[in-house]
Amino acid sequence: MKVLNSEAMELRSSEDIVLVRQAVRKKAVTLGFGLVDQTKIVTASSELARNTIDYGGGGTVQLEVVENDRRSGLRLVFEDHGPGIADVNMALTDGYTTGSGMGLGLSGSKRLSHEFEIFSKPGQGTRVSILRWK
Amino acid sequence: MERIPILKMGEFLLVTIQVDMHDRLALTLQDDLTSQIVKHRARGVLIDISTLEMVDSFIGRMLGSIASMARLLDAQTVVVGMQPSVAITLVELGLSMQGIRTALDVEKGMVALQAAVSETREDTDEGSEF
Repeated sequence: MKVLNSEAMELRSSEDIVLVRQAVRKKAVTLGFGLVDQTKIVTASSELARNTIDYGGGGTVQLEVVENDRRSGLRLVFEDHGPGIADVNMALTDGYTTGSGMGLGLSGSKRLSHEFEIFSKPGQGTRVSILRWK
Repeated sequence: MERIPILKMGEFLLVTIQVDMHDRLALTLQDDLTSQIVKHRARGVLIDISTLEMVDSFIGRMLGSIASMARLLDAQTVVVGMQPSVAITLVELGLSMQGIRTALDVEKGMVALQAAVSETREDTDEGSEF
């Protein structure tokens, strides 16, 4: 898989979540995503950006346009250096939350993406990567 | 401070969400709506989300909270105009928005709101007979 272009954005405040949604929408439109596919990746990006801020204490997101020999897609990599997640499987369960949300952020974004990866170590932070192919 | 306008139409309040809301703006709307319901003794709230290109779990939860809070203040809520792509995404996200009355557009929403309000009125009338 080849990365065609990459752009990093800071995630600090709830206004940044809006900026990420808009940037993701723009990239998805440029890639020729249909309206439903656009909405899915934009919604997933909103959930994960909020997680990065609320649970990770802020961080970054990398927006990458990728392609393999068959198709192109959009990959989003969210990274923070917060407290990390002790039990990733538990965190991926619908309705599980350590905060005040609904516990749909991680599990929901996974369902809205074609590929999903999460790395987290307590005390070191969390990295979540999602990819949606066109 | 940035705010989403709330219009008063008879005994109903009308809100059209036309901006990509950040989280604090959504919470401000929740506060504003509840105080306006009490101030105007409103019986119904119609929330038009037809220009919203995305509803995530935060906004979904906010809509549900508004409906619950309004109910406690004796007002009914109808959310109108959800785009099909938003509905598809919400269900896949895992948010079924149970307990939220919806309608396709403002016109149908107004009819639903009037019906819901007269329903609660009949309940009250029956109750007063005892």
